[in-house]
Amino acid sequence: MAALDELDRRLIDAYQRDLPLCERPFAAMAERLDASEAQVVERLQSLLQRAVLSRVGPVFDHVRAGASLLAALAVPEAERDAVAAAINRSPGVNHNYAREHDYNLWFVMTAADEVQLEARLEALEEELGQPLLRLPMVEGYHIDLGFPIPWDELEAS
Amino acid sequence: MSLPSPHADSHGEVDPQRLRALLEGGLPLTERPWQALAEQCGMSEAEVLAWVERWQREGLIKRMGLVVRHHALGIRANAMVVWDLPDTAVAEVGRRLAAEPAVTLCYRRRRCPPEWPYNLFCMIHGTRRERVLAALDDIVERQALQDMPRRVLFSLKAYKQCGGRYIHEDQP
Repeated sequence: MAALDELDRRLIDAYQRDLPLCERPFAAMAERLDASEAQVVERLQSLLQRAVLSRVGPVFDHVRAGASLLAALAVPEAERDAVAAAINRSPGVNHNYAREHDYNLWFVMTAADEVQLEARLEALEEELGQPLLRLPMVEGYHIDLGFPIPWDELEAS
Repeated sequence: MSLPSPHADSHGEVDPQRLRALLEGGLPLTERPWQALAEQCGMSEAEVLAWVERWQREGLIKRMGLVVRHHALGIRANAMVVWDLPDTAVAEVGRRLAAEPAVTLCYRRRRCPPEWPYNLFCMIHGTRRERVLAALDDIVERQALQDMPRRVLFSLKAYKQCGGRYIHEDQP
């Protein structure tokens, strides 16, 4: 695990949500964490640089924000990295994982609307020369990855 | 100070799309991040704050804060558990699974038979595979889901993990 000190952890614990909506949010966060604004800004920059955070900001509701689709693909293991790279080059792809299954590549394609999404999916299918397994969401019951970080468990592993 | 009207867009006075596109990349890490964004999209700081407040209230923005890359922290056992549930039961089971503390995401998706019979997806994140599987066994037992066909797809590699980019300028 990337070495995170106590202030880093308190920042993550306190602010995966509810970032203060005011002119100087990092000063407001600093006050609550008993730190300085400069410290908070510096820590966030460092966490971002070390890729512990992907960003500081909003998480949009993807259903309201635009169109998106989970798609899967079965490719020979030897070709997996190359196909994944092709998927990553497609506009709008924001998640792309290898998983343990015959369908071994799983990715999410996003777009401004359904028409653009369909065009992107078709372009990718054409490039790859095979159809995608398309798995549109019907209903969300829990869609929020802001869960508490199990620091103790991470420490022990 | 008079508050700007976020409704001004309907009169063509303010274009919030540019702000949304900038926000998808995250806040600039400076003392006045909203002011910095405001300068980039031709709004005032107060207008930017009013838009963000409105998008939060309307639910377009689900949460605002630090977006963690779990893999980098060592949370690397990421299981996508898929279930083939009767259509009459899937919503109710989905809500029950969503309430499980170990479940980090849960949604219903369209089946794609015959290749893909599964209609409910949930994620369980953890530090180790054994712990994730133990958490799943526990859920299956308590929720009496032993008879429901399921598969567990652990992630092998993250090729890409970033926030959604819905606003694309000058892209096909």
